[in-house]
Amino acid sequence: MIEIKNIYKSFENKEVIKNISKVFNQGETNLIIGRSGSGKTVLLKSIVGLHEIDKGQILYDNRDFTSMGLKLRKKLRQEMGMVFQGGALFDSLTVEENVRFPLDMFSELSNAEKQKQVDFCLERVNITDANKLYPSEISGGMQKRVAIARSIVLNPKYLFCDEPNSGLDPETSMVIDELIHSITVDLKITTIINTHDMNSVMEIGDNILFISDGEMVWEGNRKEILYSENKKLQEFVFANKQYQRIRDDKINQ
Amino acid sequence: MNIFNQTGRYFALMLRVFSKPERHSLYLRQTFNEIENLGVNSVGIVAVISIFMGGIMTLQVAYNMVNPLLPNTLIGLGNRDSLILEFSSTIMGLIMAGKIGSNITSEIGSMKVTEQIDSLEIMGVNSASYLILPKIIAVVLMFPLLYILSVFFGILGGLIVGPAVGAVTAPDYLNGIQSSFNPYYVTFSLIKCLVFGFLISSISAFFGYTVEGGAFDVGTASTRAVVNTNIMILVWDLILTQLLL
Repeated sequence: MIEIKNIYKSFENKEVIKNISKVFNQGETNLIIGRSGSGKTVLLKSIVGLHEIDKGQILYDNRDFTSMGLKLRKKLRQEMGMVFQGGALFDSLTVEENVRFPLDMFSELSNAEKQKQVDFCLERVNITDANKLYPSEISGGMQKRVAIARSIVLNPKYLFCDEPNSGLDPETSMVIDELIHSITVDLKITTIINTHDMNSVMEIGDNILFISDGEMVWEGNRKEILYSENKKLQEFVFANKQYQRIRDDKINQ
Repeated sequence: MNIFNQTGRYFALMLRVFSKPERHSLYLRQTFNEIENLGVNSVGIVAVISIFMGGIMTLQVAYNMVNPLLPNTLIGLGNRDSLILEFSSTIMGLIMAGKIGSNITSEIGSMKVTEQIDSLEIMGVNSASYLILPKIIAVVLMFPLLYILSVFFGILGGLIVGPAVGAVTAPDYLNGIQSSFNPYYVTFSLIKCLVFGFLISSISAFFGYTVEGGAFDVGTASTRAVVNTNIMILVWDLILTQLLL
């Protein structure tokens, strides 16, 4: 479980995150949604410590991340996995080497055990025949799947995904969503996903936080989101007319 | 103010770079990769530039020796000492700042803008140390070797060009390069090479690591890295020459 309490973050006197508090549950797909530029990525990067927050508290299973020293933070980070918007795979390493990298860096496993774990993770994301290819030689969807494999190779307790569907076709997006959701449930990890993709919200949104202009506007789950009367949320959700029709149909039924 | 800010950030980054590595074996592997990438792969360009540099130096010394009382052996001696003292260390340093320096800045800068560095940080890896330390070690180790190669090829260039155009005979040239040799000149230049190697790798890495934005900004950072490295090489050349010669 990850808990954030009254978080503030500003850049050069511009407040980007304003007083956000939220509990992200273990074994659930927690989503942070909002328009582009609403502060989703800054919030996610603040939670993982890539941005230092100005005020507030971040707790990982009641361990205060904000007051931790560098050594403890580095140790805690070994319990985290993150999938970046562009995949962020290392260009100079093959698919297999990318997934193996965290094991080489931190685990004491033998080479055979490492290889077994790499193969298991790549199979988990349905990559079987691209092990020796470089990231530039595989598609965007495959890059995202390799990034997911790399992020789970050390059996993390916490998984963060920054817009995992950006730049992908709807079918591949669905595959990625289902993959992240099943990993979250199977491994009982705390997953936080940044997205503005309404399909993802409706498919896997167990616990949703909607932010606008750096402020928390609404929280709930995917069943509640269509019926919320919050004006800002409605503008965001029903920008796609399809969801308006779905809601109207359900109300008429 | 900006220069103080930049200098402070540079030293802060160097503190992170020289902290204890997470896994020595990975750093060692990375260092060997960088020795090949930054050092061994520069041998060709160093050889070509040095041959031309030595040839041109020999011709210029010969054309400026208008006094018939001066022996022709001075042509070889002049070429050798110019190469040992300045050309193969400082000029080669300026050229390497362009080749190796821009390579380092663009590689690290690209990793920064594509979030690969963030990705390392999230894993709990000290990205500054993992990415920069092997490059610094590789360049500091390889630059003195490239210097020695440069001196060799420069002298060879003089030997090829001088007699070929009739500026000096081969025996005179060979006598010249063997006369009045001061070994301290080599020691002095090797010290300069160690310093230049550190400057080239660390300043270029700093500009790459601190880049913000996209591809355009990586290009700008590369240019700034080369310009700043060149200035620092010349400043330190002056300081070391005053201190050590």
